[in-house]
Amino acid sequence: MDWVVEAKDLTKVYKMGIVDVQALNGASLKINRGEVVAIMGPSGSGKSTLMNMLGCLDRPTSGEYILDGESVATLNDDQLAIIRNHKVGFVFQSFNLLSRQTALFNVELPLRYSGIVQNRKAIAKAALEAVGLGDRMTHRPTELSGGQQQRVAIARAIVNDPAIIMADEPTGNLDSKVGKEIMTLLLNLNKQRGTTLIIVTHDPAIGEQTQRIIRIRDGVVEEESAKGTK
Amino acid sequence: MNFTQVVFEAIESITSNKLRTGLTVLGIIIGVAAVIAMLAVGNGAQASITGTINGIGTNLLFVFRGARNNENVRNTRPLTVNDANALLDQFSAPHVLAVAPVLQGNGNIMFSGKTQSSTIVGVTADYFSVRNITLLEGNPITTENIYGNASVVLLGVDVADKLFDRRDGLVGETVRIANQPFRVIGVLASKGGGGMGSEDNQVIIPFSTAQSRVIHRSGLNNVDVIYAQAIDSDSVPLASSEISQILRTRHRTPIGLDDFTIMSQQDFLSTAQSITGILTVFLGGIAAISLLVGGIGIMNIMLVSVTERTREIGLRKALGARKRDILIQFLVESSLLSLIGGIIGIMFGWLIAYIVGRVAVAMGTDFTPIVGVDAILLATIFSTAVGLFFGIYPANRAASLQPVEALRSE
Repeated sequence: MDWVVEAKDLTKVYKMGIVDVQALNGASLKINRGEVVAIMGPSGSGKSTLMNMLGCLDRPTSGEYILDGESVATLNDDQLAIIRNHKVGFVFQSFNLLSRQTALFNVELPLRYSGIVQNRKAIAKAALEAVGLGDRMTHRPTELSGGQQQRVAIARAIVNDPAIIMADEPTGNLDSKVGKEIMTLLLNLNKQRGTTLIIVTHDPAIGEQTQRIIRIRDGVVEEESAKGTK
Repeated sequence: MNFTQVVFEAIESITSNKLRTGLTVLGIIIGVAAVIAMLAVGNGAQASITGTINGIGTNLLFVFRGARNNENVRNTRPLTVNDANALLDQFSAPHVLAVAPVLQGNGNIMFSGKTQSSTIVGVTADYFSVRNITLLEGNPITTENIYGNASVVLLGVDVADKLFDRRDGLVGETVRIANQPFRVIGVLASKGGGGMGSEDNQVIIPFSTAQSRVIHRSGLNNVDVIYAQAIDSDSVPLASSEISQILRTRHRTPIGLDDFTIMSQQDFLSTAQSITGILTVFLGGIAAISLLVGGIGIMNIMLVSVTERTREIGLRKALGARKRDILIQFLVESSLLSLIGGIIGIMFGWLIAYIVGRVAVAMGTDFTPIVGVDAILLATIFSTAVGLFFGIYPANRAASLQPVEALRSE
């Protein structure tokens, strides 16, 4: 198999004052390239921590993590930043756009940090067109609806052509109709581009739309329920 | 990220909150303006005093009685007319061009019930060329006036203003000095207020007249100051040593300590320059404190900005910004704030200096503040450095944020 995510025995211990909190307790999982996976679990289960590890926002206390063929568990902050820039696209619940900047600028931002100077505008425009916002490029986030803002965020996530897209409750701040549109967009992008999609969610309805649900409880992967390809 | 983009982003960021940016920049503006204005005033004062001292005469030496720098010399001999004449000896003092002994005292000048207290100076005919004295009208004192003990007087402009309310048409008037009538034969051109007391509030009378009837000294031939003019600027030190030699012989102090003091214009100049130099540094130093306060203002605002934008920083890091990228972003913002403040401050300081100059002129002092290129460069570099320095701590704090925690903040 062509694994894009290979995590083995990931643990994470947070120090809260004098108490050590074990957020991850030996989680292991593998995700195939091009797969659509949901990570689900009750709050406090270590779901967010796992997402931070998989998205290279944080380092595990122990364990091994190979992302797109690179071992990233022991990299330093700046090396992780470069990995995030090239291999991970983030979609957040609250969009996290720079409110003073245009949609185009927001989408360009990852390209700026990868040092791409030429064609940057063209690449960013193509990404915005891919999410159906070709006509809203010079708008600022405050002039866009919630669904449009999330589309800008998705364009930003795919602009560097990453190996995985990490979506953290991507529909959590949207009403159900717009939420469905966003899910459809994400799934279409997965089909067209073959980008691996990892969705962290509470919502069983979203879990239904993925190929596999990874359930987390008490810092370990509890069950992996494979489903038929949707 | 490439640097121009960073600068553009920083500009957008600091223009997004105009009131706050304005207030922050104001601190720097005031600091830089104060530095520029103070340095300009200091330099102007220096130039003005230097000009005044140069106006005293050309290649001038001043000979005084007594040792100015040594308190151990007692029983000094007075300088006399004979000393002055001895300095004219072509063989022992080849580098002395002209000599002018002077008697100086204070007295009241009266005209039709009005009285002005001023300096009375008794001079010989050479005084006018030695001291570069120019006249508004009339003629200088001549050798004939000296021989004849003539009761003639030249008025300084302050005296003329006070007694006559005008500066021309005064030749032929009669004023009373020490209760004796003196005929006015001319009016002195203004020399401006200077380092040596006002030379405009004085009257000039023939040396012999002063000696015999106005300024009484214990020794009949005593003089207060001898001005000596060297033949050119290079021979000032030579002339000085020749004068020393002659006076040592005449005062019988060939060995031991001199009982007279010779100062050159250069000595006065360097004294005045060191005083105005200290003044400039002092004023500039006080102004620099306000620049420092402005810098602390920048640090304060940048810290607020980092706290406010924690989430943005987290996002940028999640998208691939390295520590360096965030550091540069915030440093550019803080330096840009202080650079803008610096540029406006320079213009503002220039304006203040100009106004100070105009006020000085309006009050009768000829004084032009000088804004030098060095002051402008200094202020620009210094203010940007202030922004950089006070930006380092907030920028470092921003750059060290962990993306996970920064993203979680509200």
